[in-house]
Amino acid sequence: MNNQSNYGEAILQGFQYLLSNHSNVFAIGQGLWSPWYVGNSMRDLENDFGKDRVMDTPVSEQGCTGIALGASLCGYRPIVIHPRIDFMILAADQIVNQAAKWSHMLGGNGNRPTVTIRGIVNRGGEQGAQHSQVLHSWFAHIPGLRVVMPATVQDARDLLIASVLTDDPVVYIDDRWLYDDEDMLSPPKDLTLHGIGPKRLRIGEHVTMVGASYSVKLCLQAAQQLEKENIESEVIDLRVISPLNVEKIVDSVRKTRCLVVVDGGWSPCGLAGEIIASVTERMGPSRYVANRITIPFAPAPTSKVLEEIYYPTTEDIVSQVRENINALNQ
Amino acid sequence: MSNDCSDRLGDLSDATKYIDRLNISSVSAEKIFSYLETMLLIRLAEQAIAKLITDGHVKCPCHLAIGQEAIPTGISDSLKKSDYVFGNHRSHGHYLALGSDLNKLLSEVLGKATGCSGGMGGSMHLSSQETGFLGSVPIVAGTIPVATGAALAAKMSAKGQIAVSYFGDGSTEEGGFHESMNIAAVYKLPILFVCENNLYSSHLDINLRQPSDTVSRYAKAHCIISKVLDGNDVVAVASCASELIDGIRNGAGPAFLEVVTYRRLGHVGPDENIDVGVRRSQKDLDAWKKRDPIKRLKDAIVDDGLSDLASLENKELEIQARVDMAVIKAMDAPYPSKEDLMKLVYSGRVNE
Repeated sequence: MNNQSNYGEAILQGFQYLLSNHSNVFAIGQGLWSPWYVGNSMRDLENDFGKDRVMDTPVSEQGCTGIALGASLCGYRPIVIHPRIDFMILAADQIVNQAAKWSHMLGGNGNRPTVTIRGIVNRGGEQGAQHSQVLHSWFAHIPGLRVVMPATVQDARDLLIASVLTDDPVVYIDDRWLYDDEDMLSPPKDLTLHGIGPKRLRIGEHVTMVGASYSVKLCLQAAQQLEKENIESEVIDLRVISPLNVEKIVDSVRKTRCLVVVDGGWSPCGLAGEIIASVTERMGPSRYVANRITIPFAPAPTSKVLEEIYYPTTEDIVSQVRENINALNQ
Repeated sequence: MSNDCSDRLGDLSDATKYIDRLNISSVSAEKIFSYLETMLLIRLAEQAIAKLITDGHVKCPCHLAIGQEAIPTGISDSLKKSDYVFGNHRSHGHYLALGSDLNKLLSEVLGKATGCSGGMGGSMHLSSQETGFLGSVPIVAGTIPVATGAALAAKMSAKGQIAVSYFGDGSTEEGGFHESMNIAAVYKLPILFVCENNLYSSHLDINLRQPSDTVSRYAKAHCIISKVLDGNDVVAVASCASELIDGIRNGAGPAFLEVVTYRRLGHVGPDENIDVGVRRSQKDLDAWKKRDPIKRLKDAIVDDGLSDLASLENKELEIQARVDMAVIKAMDAPYPSKEDLMKLVYSGRVNE
């Protein structure tokens, strides 16, 4: 039966499904017994499934991530939760040096590192430089890691299930700014990330907009505004940013000749630049315009006056698209 | 309150002490010979690897543990194939002491497809699922949290398995070590932390890195039971490990074993590197060679009349022949195929 849920509850339903149907799944991380840390996305799990399977831990990001990896090598499918992705950097050795490379450097021997590393993005609210980052491009740079970023309510649940049931280390990144978005959910089922990739959420002729997670929401809002000006936007939700499949984007850009990539991260060596480069390599000599809309190359500020100019807005996208279309028409 | 660090190794780090023959009276002859065989196998295999480096066949960094053979030999005696063991950059001995395949070790060091890690890892990335050696990596302290996770899995599965984490004294200076010790203690995980304190981390003497030369004081801080002993006495190591492992299997929670030894060669490669180590001297090295774990065991065997020197020599020649054969086999083995570079990165196909 379908049910109406918000994004945060959809993540919760993903956990409930996994813990109910897969006895080798457990969750471990800081703040799991406190809604203060993980919002409504893990509410009451420790009561429903026991504190042995939903473990709130000491303040040890590296230790807990390594522990989840170690348990995965012994047949488990742990999910380690970092309630703020900024703190996940303390676990970088276990994610980048150990989990990502484990199977490759040991010649595929033994169990694959079936660990899911969940990092929560929690921006805004004057939280400042060390409480507001999005770091997906870092992890997408590392071979061996899969990196997923759900933008929709359905994906918030389904990509979590697929991440946990895929035989690779997966970095699953959700964004607190999406937690109140609502949608109807179909019943959950077993999924893997094999075959899951970018998805076209809106069809249009004039511009291709690409985003992941919260950026997709901005793209959809911009598309609605542009529609009033008779500009038809194609919106592509990346969903899985590594390994990245750009074929759908290339097909779309061949049609629109106009690409705008929106990313909540920084530009240098980032996701938006990677998409433009990958598309360009496949486009051949065709003429097209491409832009990226990202955050300023500065740490996140705390003062609300600065915060207001820090994050990309729908308006930024709309004006960039207008500019690009004018350029193409000249 | 005094802030001096009175906890020290004392005689255990004195090369001129603990040089006498071992006391083997409490152990069966069969077991004593099996210890000797394992220790000789590790020693001769590592000497063969040293020669492969010198002859230019092996380029990958090899960290040899010559002089440290008693530790994994004694500990593995109490382990089962279903246990989970993790090593580090200096793990040839950890791997072999569990009974893992010699041919596959030499092939791995040579980067061959027949290696224990398919030729993808080399000396620093060994694994042998059949014997419970789940993996070794050179990031210092990198596998300590991973081994702790295997202990959590063992506790959840409740089949009586334990985890063993081998690391050196340098690892005790890393944060991941302390995080893991704390978590293991608070969750009462079935894990044996083994610190092979060989008094050096790379070029630096432990006295230049820590206020005390004994690392078991960290176990005390984390409320973990600990023992400190001569790591060049295989009988003492085996007996102590057996006691600690029994406790772990019976639900007593983690234990910490500090085994004191000496790194006879440089940090990496086949040379003694006297010039590289700070405070490392020829005098110390010569003294530690007399505290050799194999020599002390052989002396005891001969003194107690379990065997004579000629028979021990023959035994050694047999093992040398095995190692020589393994080297030839490994040299002749094929390299990985070019497809292997990409096919192990992800499960299944990518970009579907």
